[in-house]
Amino acid sequence: MANTAPKTKALNSKATQTILAFASLVLLIIIFTIASPNFFRTDNLVGILLATAVNGILAVGITFIIVTGGIDLSIGTVMTFGSVIAGVFITMWGLPIPLGVAAGIAAGAFCGLVNGFSIAKLKIPPFIATLGMMMITKGLNLIVSGVKPVYFVDTPEFAKIATLPVFGIPFGVLIFFAVALVASFILSKTILGRYTFAIGSNEEAARLSGINTDAWKIGIYSLGGAFAGIAGIVMASRLQSAQPALGAGYELDAIAAAVIGGTSLSGGEGTILGTVIGAFIITVLTNGLRIMSVPQEWQMVVTGLIVIGAVYLDIVRRKVR
Amino acid sequence: MDQLLIRMQGIEKSFPGVHALSECKFELTQGEVHALVGENGAGKSTLMKILSGVYQKDAGSIFLRGRETEIGNTKHAQSLGISIIHQELNLMKHLTAAQNIFIGREHNKRVNFLVDDREISEKTKKLFEMINLDLDPRVKISELTVAKQQMVEIAKALSFNMDVLIMDEPTSALSDTEIEDLFRVIRDLRAKGKGIVYISHRMDELKQICDRVTVMRDGRYIDTSLMKDITVDKIIAQMVGREIYESAHSHGDTEKAEVVLEVKGLNRGRKIRDVSFKLHRGEILGFAGLMGAGRTETARAIFGADAVDSGEILVKGKRVSIKHPKDAVANGIGYLSEDRKAFGLALGLSVETNTVMASLMKFLGPMGIVDTKKTRATTVDYVQRLKTKTPSVEQVTRNLSGGNQQKVVIGKWLVRDCDILIFDEPTRGIDVGAKSEIYKLLNELADQGKSIIMISSELPEVLRMSHRVVVMCEGRITGMLRAGEYTQEKIMHFATMRNN
Repeated sequence: MANTAPKTKALNSKATQTILAFASLVLLIIIFTIASPNFFRTDNLVGILLATAVNGILAVGITFIIVTGGIDLSIGTVMTFGSVIAGVFITMWGLPIPLGVAAGIAAGAFCGLVNGFSIAKLKIPPFIATLGMMMITKGLNLIVSGVKPVYFVDTPEFAKIATLPVFGIPFGVLIFFAVALVASFILSKTILGRYTFAIGSNEEAARLSGINTDAWKIGIYSLGGAFAGIAGIVMASRLQSAQPALGAGYELDAIAAAVIGGTSLSGGEGTILGTVIGAFIITVLTNGLRIMSVPQEWQMVVTGLIVIGAVYLDIVRRKVR
Repeated sequence: MDQLLIRMQGIEKSFPGVHALSECKFELTQGEVHALVGENGAGKSTLMKILSGVYQKDAGSIFLRGRETEIGNTKHAQSLGISIIHQELNLMKHLTAAQNIFIGREHNKRVNFLVDDREISEKTKKLFEMINLDLDPRVKISELTVAKQQMVEIAKALSFNMDVLIMDEPTSALSDTEIEDLFRVIRDLRAKGKGIVYISHRMDELKQICDRVTVMRDGRYIDTSLMKDITVDKIIAQMVGREIYESAHSHGDTEKAEVVLEVKGLNRGRKIRDVSFKLHRGEILGFAGLMGAGRTETARAIFGADAVDSGEILVKGKRVSIKHPKDAVANGIGYLSEDRKAFGLALGLSVETNTVMASLMKFLGPMGIVDTKKTRATTVDYVQRLKTKTPSVEQVTRNLSGGNQQKVVIGKWLVRDCDILIFDEPTRGIDVGAKSEIYKLLNELADQGKSIIMISSELPEVLRMSHRVVVMCEGRITGMLRAGEYTQEKIMHFATMRNN
């Protein structure tokens, strides 16, 4: 491609995209530190880390799905479904915590499996299939919980999953980092990761190469669901309760995090590191604006603008190619 | 004597409504480059897709090294040593060359679920060395030129230990030096005893690279000859060899009539190169050429659907600026796309709505309300004039036949007062009976003083309808033929004339 000027080439490079996102994050932190003395304080920074954990785990999961060229609108309410199932197992049925945790994650994975089946086998467009799953889980959350929060009253240890400090860092944050590391390994080093990119890049070519693309897609959506389940556990532990009405809207923050981090909505491109940075950008922004006493309604406006800006950047990158 | 690799005989294949292949045969020996040629739709690609497992034959047999073989799917074909490189390359552009070549075979030998990028990079390097390709296996496909991507496809075929390589129009997007590189690789493979099927429209290339040539026409086998024993003219004669249709139109001399449209030096990337021509009042100007010759691109550029790099358009002697289809329409130019369903009609709406859609402003009453009496009267008028068969003007256009849908589109542009009509494949998907009606209609429009550009890939149609014929090849006009001058052979000759 002789006409690829060095400038556009630099803009195309995935590494540059990640560096760009990281630079924006640092810039935001600097701005908020100058603007408010309360921002760069340990308790606030820990708060940011913990707040990022939930959205970050969701965003890491959805990165896989977006790289295949798909989308999952259900991960927010599926996350809540994971919390509610854990609450039912632990509080309502009095089962051991590990079993409850496993059940919550499995519930998320199952929702992802159903999504994957609808998309790969029934050929329902991902947008519609997962929109349906979002409504289904939203309803199930209320039904299963009896339309009220499930509190982990008898098991105070459950709260430690998210909050137990390890060298001053809450355990939930460590879970997030561990999840991100594992996900990064899966995406770059395993067959699953390779086929995720292959499907997102050219599904037909992948299929003609003898890859069972349907099965892998189901697997990838299940993985996204499992990540949503993990996020649900961290969420429930942090709130010491499963809040059945929560969850809707979280998927949008997760999608936004992935896109800001350089994952292409048309598939084939994306990194976990970029997504993690994207997730931090969103929390830092929300947190910083709140500390600067920007009303919540304006925080939403700003976040919305950022998302549009990030997607526009995605389109611009595509055009210069 | 060279060993026979492939023998196909009595191959039959039908698609819904089309008998694509009948009694086709084909042979390929070791160390041979075998050209497969024919007009658009002659069945070359279908036959090769059967050989490579993309399609299943309905009847006939395929012998691989003398043993009768059923080829189940592409993967099976690959394991038998048969690889195909499609015209549209089948690569994953976000993945690297090595990752593409070994997709599905990248497992680490010890840990099955991990990918072994180092191993496949090394293997890829060896494959690249086999075809003397200097390329980093870790470079992403999206960063490669089409020529390099093709080399990656060849390397992929080699990685399956292929004996038979089918190449469908491999040079259509390559520059001259890239073609030389490709030929070097092909000669190299031939020397190693591989059999290569070479589908191409470019006659001069066949002479350079091929040992034998098989001609197909209308889904049938015509002949196989040694390349050194046959001339290009003879091949073309075999390709077009059907009887010439009688001209239904009095091919009068239209060149003395007023020039209504003049195009000067139109350029758009590699698709349109220095295209200039004149269209006269009452003329049907045929645009002939093979697929991808740049005819549709030229039409779209004139209509303002795509931006051009340079060039002038004059309507009735006046220079006009056409940046958007609305500018073209304002200048009386209408474009009837080959894909009526996607671009020409709102299928869910009525004949009436479609007919007046492009000219609603003409039907506005006071208060900006559409005067439905007027739209009704106009539509009824055009339905009668064009003899559109529809139960009523309220009929939803989806329920009309292809020919009648085409008439509705024509009516739409006539209501809009277009004097210059560009028809892109006007009879595609229309059954034979309705075709002659469309032909009659085009002739009538021309007699009424409308000027028509007719893009068609069907040579008999071009011969039958046109006052003059423009022939395009690779974005350039390679021939301009007057009435009485053109024959199928001449058009084919210009349509396959490669430029430098």
